[in-house]
Amino acid sequence: MFPEFEDVVSRLDKGQLATFPGGVHPQDHKALSNQTQIADLPLANEFVIPVRQHIGTDGALLVRVGDKVMKGQPLTQSNQPFSVPVHAPTSGVVTDITQHVTAHPSGLNELCVVLKADGQDIWAPLSPCDDYTALDKTALIEKLCDAGISGMGGAGFPTHIKASANNEVEFLIINGAECEPYITSDDRLMREHAESILTGIDILSYLLKPKCVVFAIEDNKPEALDAIRKQVVSRPHVRVVSIETKYPAGGEKQLIQVVTGREVPRKGLPLDIGVTMFNVGTCHAINDAISFGKPLIERIVTVTGKAVKRPGNYRTRLGTPVNHLLSQAGYLADKQKTPQVIMGGPMMGFTLNDAAVPVVKITNCLLVPETHELTQGEDERACIRCSACADACPATLLPQQLYWHSKAREYDKAQEYNLFDCIECGACAYVCPSEIPLVHYYRKAKADVRLELDEKAKSEKAKERFEARKARLEQEKAEREEKHRKAKEARLAAAEKPARKAADATADPAKDKVAAALARAKARKAAQAAQATGEKASAENAEATTADAPQATEKPAGNKKAAVAAAIARAKAKKAAQNAETAETPSDQVVTPADSPAPATAPANDRKAAVAAAVARAKAKKAAREAEQQSAPQSDSSAPATKPVEESEQAPAPESPDVSAEDSAAEAKKKRIAAAVAKAKAKKAQKENENKA
Amino acid sequence: MTVSIALIVIGVLAVAFGLLLGYASIRFKVEADPLVEQIDEVLPQTQCGQCGYPGCRPYAEAIANGDDINKCPPGGESTIKKLADLTGKEAKPLDAAHGEEDVKKVAFIREDECIGCTKCIQACPVDAIVGAAKQMHTVLTQECTGCDLCVDPCPVDCIDMLPVEVTPASWKWDFDKTPKGDIPIKMVS
Amino acid sequence: MKLTLSSSPHLRTKRDTGQVMRLVLYAMLPGVACQLYFFGWGVMVQAIIALITAIATEAAILALRNKSVIRNLSDYSAVLTACLLAVSIPPTLPWWMTVIGTFFAIAIVKQLYGGLGYNLFNPAMIAYVVLLVSFPAAMTQWLPPVSLQATELNFADTLSLIFTGFSVDGMDITQVKTTIDGITSATPLDYVKTGLTQSQTYSELLNSGLFNSSVADSAAAGWSWVGLAYALGGLLLLRLKVISWHIPGSMVLSVIICALLMHLINPDIYASPLFHLLNGSVLFGAFFIATDPVSASTTQKGRLVFGAMIGFWIVIIRTFGGYPDAVAFAVIIMNMAVPLIDYYTRPRTYGYSRGKQ
Repeated sequence: MFPEFEDVVSRLDKGQLATFPGGVHPQDHKALSNQTQIADLPLANEFVIPVRQHIGTDGALLVRVGDKVMKGQPLTQSNQPFSVPVHAPTSGVVTDITQHVTAHPSGLNELCVVLKADGQDIWAPLSPCDDYTALDKTALIEKLCDAGISGMGGAGFPTHIKASANNEVEFLIINGAECEPYITSDDRLMREHAESILTGIDILSYLLKPKCVVFAIEDNKPEALDAIRKQVVSRPHVRVVSIETKYPAGGEKQLIQVVTGREVPRKGLPLDIGVTMFNVGTCHAINDAISFGKPLIERIVTVTGKAVKRPGNYRTRLGTPVNHLLSQAGYLADKQKTPQVIMGGPMMGFTLNDAAVPVVKITNCLLVPETHELTQGEDERACIRCSACADACPATLLPQQLYWHSKAREYDKAQEYNLFDCIECGACAYVCPSEIPLVHYYRKAKADVRLELDEKAKSEKAKERFEARKARLEQEKAEREEKHRKAKEARLAAAEKPARKAADATADPAKDKVAAALARAKARKAAQAAQATGEKASAENAEATTADAPQATEKPAGNKKAAVAAAIARAKAKKAAQNAETAETPSDQVVTPADSPAPATAPANDRKAAVAAAVARAKAKKAAREAEQQSAPQSDSSAPATKPVEESEQAPAPESPDVSAEDSAAEAKKKRIAAAVAKAKAKKAQKENENKA
Repeated sequence: MTVSIALIVIGVLAVAFGLLLGYASIRFKVEADPLVEQIDEVLPQTQCGQCGYPGCRPYAEAIANGDDINKCPPGGESTIKKLADLTGKEAKPLDAAHGEEDVKKVAFIREDECIGCTKCIQACPVDAIVGAAKQMHTVLTQECTGCDLCVDPCPVDCIDMLPVEVTPASWKWDFDKTPKGDIPIKMVS
Repeated sequence: MKLTLSSSPHLRTKRDTGQVMRLVLYAMLPGVACQLYFFGWGVMVQAIIALITAIATEAAILALRNKSVIRNLSDYSAVLTACLLAVSIPPTLPWWMTVIGTFFAIAIVKQLYGGLGYNLFNPAMIAYVVLLVSFPAAMTQWLPPVSLQATELNFADTLSLIFTGFSVDGMDITQVKTTIDGITSATPLDYVKTGLTQSQTYSELLNSGLFNSSVADSAAAGWSWVGLAYALGGLLLLRLKVISWHIPGSMVLSVIICALLMHLINPDIYASPLFHLLNGSVLFGAFFIATDPVSASTTQKGRLVFGAMIGFWIVIIRTFGGYPDAVAFAVIIMNMAVPLIDYYTRPRTYGYSRGKQ
């Protein structure tokens, strides 16, 4: 189950490799694209650089629209451990920062920086490092992170996280398996840049201090094996192993199993079993970043398939739109009955929904098949339980059971069959004689389960917040009652003495407070009375409070509490007065100012204007509602839609003289809002009308 | 004589088994959540009150006391199914009187129209709206349960319920929802 | 033109269900040829009757279920079921029994359960058992090998026998069955079983009657050749990876071990492993019946258990049961146990510690 280090090494030395269960042997079609040298792709005019191209969080944007950037200049910065910056692929001007379709199977938009190339292609100042051993570990890792390097094999895991592991690393495995059919970018890279890859490995070895470095290459790439073997002559600690060609040997877990015989524990990391793995492309990028100071702004992309005229590998700047790449490689539209572009290989790649999708850090291949080149089953039939899928599954799952449960949406059962241990390699669907898109079912099930968990967490949080709010409201209520009780006591105490006495004692701060409290209490009482009685609220009452309130405000300054109380009292009074005037306003509209100190600081004019506007709107709302009710029974379909608009526009009119006296700006705002309200109402009325119709 | 022996034997057996069962019921007691807790767990916690109860927990209590299980529009079909499993009642279609199942939505305040009346803040059951009197309010999208309760109190109707947008993270491999483009490149002759 | 979207993998093997079924059909050819050679035209006529019935039934029910008839027929599963049944029944079985059996297999056992992939049991075997239980006499009227037949049956005779119950010369099945020696023929299994119940010993039986006929080409040899021919076809399927070795391997091994154990305990009343293996339909069943993907176990360990238990039941039923052969019963019993076997033989998923699922 868990071979010891010495056993593994001795087996490796003898050339004995373990294997993984299952696997399939699709035709590799690699000769289509690996015959020619890596070609430099001419610059595109416009680049679209997604802010996030790796697993983790976005970096913070460093540029703004209109900024001029140099080639290699960072566009974002890493401010969290799991974020990796992206860089300008060429010099030019940032023309837009917008949502743009990105390299994701969903074809949905994500935040991207759009860069217009100036054609100069001038590097930002670079800081090459001739001797990485002179730098300490932290500095190197920081350099890796700043260079924006994330795994280039497929998943896009930030490299600096992997490289800064503190666990003891027994095996550093370099993944040159490239097991997917058609893809040859790593193959060509190994053939042409073996030295660079191995320098990258040296840097990683320096960082991780592995006991053993294993370079694994599938045996269908003899040229790459030769090229690497030539380079390792000077590095005897690197063991080059040729592994059996079997899909998905290049999967991280599978390659670890093949090389070491160990299995990554579920929910664990390779590091838990002393193994860490890097893709050859990542090693090359590490060398570029450290030795030459170049950030990750380009990668090798295989453009292949029989619907391109010049299949091969292209050194492509990140952010290059796919259609530029395709036009350079010679897309043959007439070879495809229905256009189709696959990013990645035929087994795990995804179809693009738009050719404007940019090349990103994980884009290793663009596959443009001619019609019938890929045998893609569209003809799903009943499962015959042949278990060919189980025999092909490298994770020894039971794909068939997963399929039944996923299809029936019995997700708990699907999870019982370890749905989430599926690596989505596609071997099961590849062998399925009934052409069932098994992986698609699993993906859907996984997405559903994840969302369900999210929902659950969210509802848990909502519940907590609801409970917290309830508790808070209860506490507030209790406090209020306590205050009322105290106020009542104070009033009773005050009632014993003559009212004048209290007024005379203005010089005394203590009495000041009592007076303020009294004023406040009175104001509140008045407000409450106004609220409760609505129409019955008498003008007298309102006058009384307004009379009281100025008294309170006239009290000597320096007593903040008194001032606040006074302000509140004033507001209350005003409201009470308004309530009395416009009795139709619903009583629940009155805000309890105790909740916030804002009204005390807000300028009186604004407040007045706003209140007036609110009243106007409320009226408009009411009018609109009435209009709706009136017009609803009418059979004329156009009437309800237009009538509320007219009515609600007229509605604020009676209030306008007051407001214009106050502030014309407030009026303008009010009118605009009223118009909006009217629009909303009209819309609502129309909708209701439609429903009725 | 025989009869009495039979009676004694049966009696002794009855007592013995009774004791055994009694012991087993104590010894192997299954500590289950009270039903209300379990039901509350299943409900979507939008606290929207569409069921006619002030919040999810009161509805959970009502269900435990025999109320219908089909009054929760935000939970929809799947919640009814789970409730049916839990309570042993038959799954019924959603009671239209309480609303219809809809796509998930969150509230959005058109901020330049907001007058800062705080009515929505008071209406929000999960405190997902921040703002102060006379100040513009805004919704914490992450916390909003889409319960709709803030829409009605707004005096200026500046709150919209917008469907939650699908992001690459929440995409469910539904290709129908993907906008489709083409390959607008120059043909190579 | 909009870009087409689809989910990975975008590549598939060219082997589809129809092809798998066709390969199984091809692999049956050596066995069928052997049957034709030793037992005459009957099997061919039965195959044709069964095929017509199967296709007609399947088409009718698919049409009733509003499913695409052509598309579902093209998976060849009905054809395969018909052929499996046709080679299992006596070659001179009256035509309407074959029709009933085939109809039962397709309509009841397969389509009523939901069609291909949903049937719990092996359709051909249920049909066989239904016929055996309903028409025990007719279902045990096996012809002796052609070389032992007193009257030679030509194609016309066979047709006439199947459709009218009498050969062209007016002989009924019992008369036709009579061997040159004047003994009414039985299958070797039948012969031994009857003999054992009449307290003859196994070794005595092997040196008498059926096995000791004056003709060099013994009846038992005829049966055995057929079994071996099917095994050859089965090996071909293994080679083509249409079936895995687990079920046939464990089944054959289990038959050998069980029979050997019993034979060692008392060679007089328990037949030898070789006898069990080469007679009846053990080899045919091991490669063609028990490996039916739909009704067999799906995990590798499960397949081993499934095959071994079938082998066990075959020996037990043959020895102690009422019927001479037992492959159909054994397969059906184990079909029932498949969900259980599958559940308890789930493989350890990558990264999970052993012992804990």
